[in-house]
Amino acid sequence: MSSGTGAPAGGAHDETLVLGVPEIARALTRIAHEVLERNRGAADVVLLGIPTRGLPLARRLAARLAEVEPALDVDALLGSLDVTMYRDDLAHHPTRSIGATHLPPGGIDGKVVVLVDDVLYSGRTIRAALDAISDLGRPRGVQLAVLVDRGHRELPIRPDFVGKNLPTAAAERVRVLLDEIDGRDAVLIEGAVL
Amino acid sequence: MKHLLSAADLDRSEAIEILDTAAQMAATQSREIKKLPTLRGRTVVNLFFEDSTRTRISFETAAKRLSADVINFSAKGSSVSKGESLKDTALTLQAMGADAVVIRHQSSGAPHTLAYAGWTSGAVINAGDGTHQHPTQALLDAFTIRRHLVGDSGRADVAGRDLAGLHVAIVGDVLHSRVARSNVQLLHTLGARVTLVAPPTLVPVGVGSWGADVSYHLDEVLTEGRPDAVMMLRVQRERMSMAGGGFFPSPLEYTRGYGLDARRLAALPDHTIVMHPGPMNRGLEISADAADSPRAVIVEQVSNGVAVRMAVLYLLLAGETTNMKAVGE
Repeated sequence: MSSGTGAPAGGAHDETLVLGVPEIARALTRIAHEVLERNRGAADVVLLGIPTRGLPLARRLAARLAEVEPALDVDALLGSLDVTMYRDDLAHHPTRSIGATHLPPGGIDGKVVVLVDDVLYSGRTIRAALDAISDLGRPRGVQLAVLVDRGHRELPIRPDFVGKNLPTAAAERVRVLLDEIDGRDAVLIEGAVL
Repeated sequence: MKHLLSAADLDRSEAIEILDTAAQMAATQSREIKKLPTLRGRTVVNLFFEDSTRTRISFETAAKRLSADVINFSAKGSSVSKGESLKDTALTLQAMGADAVVIRHQSSGAPHTLAYAGWTSGAVINAGDGTHQHPTQALLDAFTIRRHLVGDSGRADVAGRDLAGLHVAIVGDVLHSRVARSNVQLLHTLGARVTLVAPPTLVPVGVGSWGADVSYHLDEVLTEGRPDAVMMLRVQRERMSMAGGGFFPSPLEYTRGYGLDARRLAALPDHTIVMHPGPMNRGLEISADAADSPRAVIVEQVSNGVAVRMAVLYLLLAGETTNMKAVGE
């Protein structure tokens, strides 16, 4: 979409840098403004990050929302949603460990939940997240913000806010690195033939 | 991990993984909707050859909260009372497609036989066998201890933490107690120090190799040992008669020597918690003052039991389909 194409990574074998530090920052700032615009402020908005990398992204988005609207309280805005126990592919993988689900003190009833994840791919994680949300309460609406949409959807799910649309082949691997977890910010494509 | 047969089979990281998973499960149990779809389509059989209300209900609740189908099979009124062997019962359950068998049996080692004889391909979970093991009880005790005594008394995040540096006193009929055996092993694995307190007649032969201290004097342990948790074991009244083995002369004498009463409770450090696996004999091993005091976590042990059993079922069943694996693996 509007964010610029990152400079190609110098020398790495089959690894291409798609978004660097400034691009990720700009994309998040834009998404934050889009969230505010779409919801006419953020009074009813709850950001739920999906572990692992959705969590720091949600936290950064919440900080940006609070920058624009200083009346907002980041803690009342931010939560995490673990979807492991709602996945449809548990029987096809080794046992996954379960992450934490924390809702902000006000809960999600009647709120607008913005799900935050790093990469949107098959859509199955978001399907699981929608099921998890319906067990936790009844939000007024659910929206989806992702840093990267790489296509190949297997379910009728679409994002509302996208950092970057990234056409990929199914054989390629998209890796999102975030400072809070990986020590640096980057979005990489591996196995890419560019 | 394919089966859960003994607390001794768990290494430190596996034990902590179960406790951490149980913490997440416990968090889901405070929600309005407690049911999770995780084990939809899986079948859990509760195979109980020995009377047990709370363990069976706890496993049944855990399996149902994870959306598994539960079949309860108790020996009374079943084909077992008509003389069916464990093998034929197991083959029947296998034919019905059980993904997990939770077994309680009066004979030590029955779960092991069930797991490794090749009669069933499902996961086997030991829910108490003879005087041998009761691993999920030890896990829920460790979970309760960790929640109360690790990480600034539950205020800090305890994920990934063990029980290093804690001192646990286990008091009562150690000789006949599978709870004590499982607890000593698991607490040892998690880095806690254990003192067993019992009359000499109720201390098993070979206890020296368990890695726990042994004392015959409860008052000494409570005042000088300053335990962080005191776990009272159930005493069976029939054990005091000569026919039952004559392990102690009278209930009153046992209570005087090894019962937890108001006086002994007052001698404990302020932070010490009081535990009991249940069912309690009020007035025998534990007085009403102790059982109902604010430091007693006995009711909480029961609710933690559901979370721990959910974690065990999740870790054994949620991964790659268990029934697809070869029989007798």
